[in-house]
Amino acid sequence: MSSLRQIAFYGKGGIGKSTTSQNTLAALAEMGQRIMIVGCDPKADSTRLMLHAKAQDTILSLAAEAGSVEDLELEDVMKIGYKDIKCVESGGPEPGVGCAGRGVITSINFLEENGAYDDLDYVSYDVLGDVVCGGFAMPIRENKAQEIYIVMSGEMMAMYAANNISKGILKYANSGGVRLGGLICNERQTDKELELAENLAKKLGTELIYFVPRDNIVQHAELRRMTVIEYAPESEQAEHYRKLAHKIHNNAGNGIIPTPITMDELEDMLMEHGILKTVDETEIGKTAAELEIA
Amino acid sequence: MTQNAENVLDHFELFRGPEYQQMLENKKKMFENPRDPAEVARVREWAKTEEYKELNFAREALTVNPAKACQPLGAVFVAVGFEGTIPFVHGSQGCVAYYRSHLSRHFKEPSSCVSSSMTEDAAVFGGLNNMIDGLANTYSLYKPKMIAVSTTCMAEVIGDDLNAFIKTAKEKESVPQEFDVPFAHTPAFVGSHVTGYDNALKGIIEHFWDGKAGTAEKLERKPNDSINFIGGFDGYTVGNMREVKRIFDMMGVNYTILGDNSDVFDTPTDGEFRMYDGGTTLEDAANAIHAKATISMQEYCTEKTLPFIKNHGHEVAAFNHPVGVASTDAFLMEVARLTGKEIPEELAKERGRLVDAIADSSAHIHGKKFAIYGDPDLCLGLTAFLLELGAEPTHVLATNGTKSWAAKVEALLASSPFGKDCHVYPGKDLWHMRSLLFTEPVDFLIGNTYGKYLERDTGTPLIRIGFPVFDRHHHHRRPVWGYQGGMNVLITILDKIFDEIDRNTNVPAKTDYSFDIIR
Repeated sequence: MSSLRQIAFYGKGGIGKSTTSQNTLAALAEMGQRIMIVGCDPKADSTRLMLHAKAQDTILSLAAEAGSVEDLELEDVMKIGYKDIKCVESGGPEPGVGCAGRGVITSINFLEENGAYDDLDYVSYDVLGDVVCGGFAMPIRENKAQEIYIVMSGEMMAMYAANNISKGILKYANSGGVRLGGLICNERQTDKELELAENLAKKLGTELIYFVPRDNIVQHAELRRMTVIEYAPESEQAEHYRKLAHKIHNNAGNGIIPTPITMDELEDMLMEHGILKTVDETEIGKTAAELEIA
Repeated sequence: MTQNAENVLDHFELFRGPEYQQMLENKKKMFENPRDPAEVARVREWAKTEEYKELNFAREALTVNPAKACQPLGAVFVAVGFEGTIPFVHGSQGCVAYYRSHLSRHFKEPSSCVSSSMTEDAAVFGGLNNMIDGLANTYSLYKPKMIAVSTTCMAEVIGDDLNAFIKTAKEKESVPQEFDVPFAHTPAFVGSHVTGYDNALKGIIEHFWDGKAGTAEKLERKPNDSINFIGGFDGYTVGNMREVKRIFDMMGVNYTILGDNSDVFDTPTDGEFRMYDGGTTLEDAANAIHAKATISMQEYCTEKTLPFIKNHGHEVAAFNHPVGVASTDAFLMEVARLTGKEIPEELAKERGRLVDAIADSSAHIHGKKFAIYGDPDLCLGLTAFLLELGAEPTHVLATNGTKSWAAKVEALLASSPFGKDCHVYPGKDLWHMRSLLFTEPVDFLIGNTYGKYLERDTGTPLIRIGFPVFDRHHHHRRPVWGYQGGMNVLITILDKIFDEIDRNTNVPAKTDYSFDIIR
């Protein structure tokens, strides 16, 4: 167990967490690492590129069918994907009902109790959105993920989410072993994106460990339910993911306790870089038309 | 018939008076939407049929009267088995009131336990502050030696992390850094009270053996010749623990009981209130790592604890609430094998006496049909004993029994000719049992207090063995383990058999030709 490395990918919804994590993990698998992916998102799309399938049977849907999670066997919920990567989706309720966070807790407990973590080099958790409740913090509790990688972009809300996730990590870092491994910027081609990402990383006390450039090939691969690593192994983009995989592989033990900033500081940072124009307080809340008149 | 201070009527008599009878009848007519009594009678009879039973067993989305409680009850039960330990349940107050009253009603003793009193704001913001304040208050008000933390549904659904919370609370000086606060996540919606027993006991042992959640060195095991004993969740813990200690002392066994709550659930009335009494000392709990072996009396109460102990190098042995001659034999011989101690002549004599008693009464028990429900291990123990007596355990039901448990019961039934027409029902409830008692009637029902409704509805005489027993006093003081315990169970069963024979033969000049003085 001691050699097992557990990492987690967090980030704002729609930022490309699942795509980035699966491509990176595919590259790690190429390097001979034995990997399990634990999807912690009710959408259950954290493993589709590995399995070439829309969504696999989730732990919670199978448990609901069987009556209780105790009635499940590990083989029922674990599928083998690209390069023998083990794929598990926790699943969860439809939007608007139930509690997805509890689903994450239930699923991870089930996997641990049934020996899913044996004979692995990596376990990777792919977690939806912000750390909105205790359940989504399950992967960062003690003896779970050692390093968290936050996928973000140069958009303000993605940076806001990254900062929020850092707050979640901070809560657990003091009493446990979880650390922030670094930021991964998934390029959105916003203004001064690299500069901003690097600056945010610095403010959080960490590093931008990779800047993944935007390339349409990711879309092409995605439509074929494949990672770029598998779809176009010779492509430039595949090479980027390999570099990211190497960075993460060599980043063991380099994680830090993050120093999240306030919303004001975040806004100041955007102004510093000229993304937001410096505004005086009297202009706040006025429409463009109103400002015109003034 | 108004109340009169000279002659106060209790509720037995008062509500039978004409004015109350009239009032109740009016209430029924005006507010209770009464049905045609003939239709009510028809449905009542229909519910006794094979057709209804099949519909009942096809039931999917509803449980009626489950014979189980929830995890934290088991966690509280374990915690008080340690010296000076107060159980701390992280969650809402009402849950804790339930554990306390449940235990108090059974043991007729106060049951001390605190709650972190989570309310709506804690559900939204997390229960960290409740943990910080709760631990501080508990420590200063009740001066415990240890606080054992478990959780209710609420804390589990919002995902409160006990490990992180307790560490934070210690940093905020709720309790001193080195103060023992073991913990276990015990979601009440998973498993039952036996699961909670297992999780909580494992939490406590892990705390002492594996470095107190990263705040101390892990203990290094230096094997000695002692053994550890785990009783499991047991309504007879007071009598059973004392009997087991008597047996171990007679054999000269060096032992540690992990979670000995026999004193705290049986404190004397001598003018002193004992919030804590007896229990495994914290030092013994830590030193238990050095034992050569660990015995669990209830396999399904230690499904996680026992493998954990085994991983620390112990030889382990698990029993299923052993009752009777063969089961006690197996238990004692295992103790003798593990410790190298002889089974003393005195115990052999007790065995002989139990065999003698069984032989004396065999004519009355042989061939009688029984329905049993209860916790998985108790069901196994009683089934084995009934088979040994030549009785037929026709229905064996455990709401918290799993498929693997059912397979074990089936194997046990298959091992005896008396088990031939007997069946096991894992995961079923007391409404299923009700159907079974109508369609495949038995002579006697064995179960806890809730069985009295089945007794009333089906006319099957109830023998109260199990947990909880609220409506008969003091049975928990008598052991059901060991040969003497087997004797107690035998006598309890026989008493009911003879009561029934008398009840069926007591009509003068009609049935009293069998109303005999000698049975």
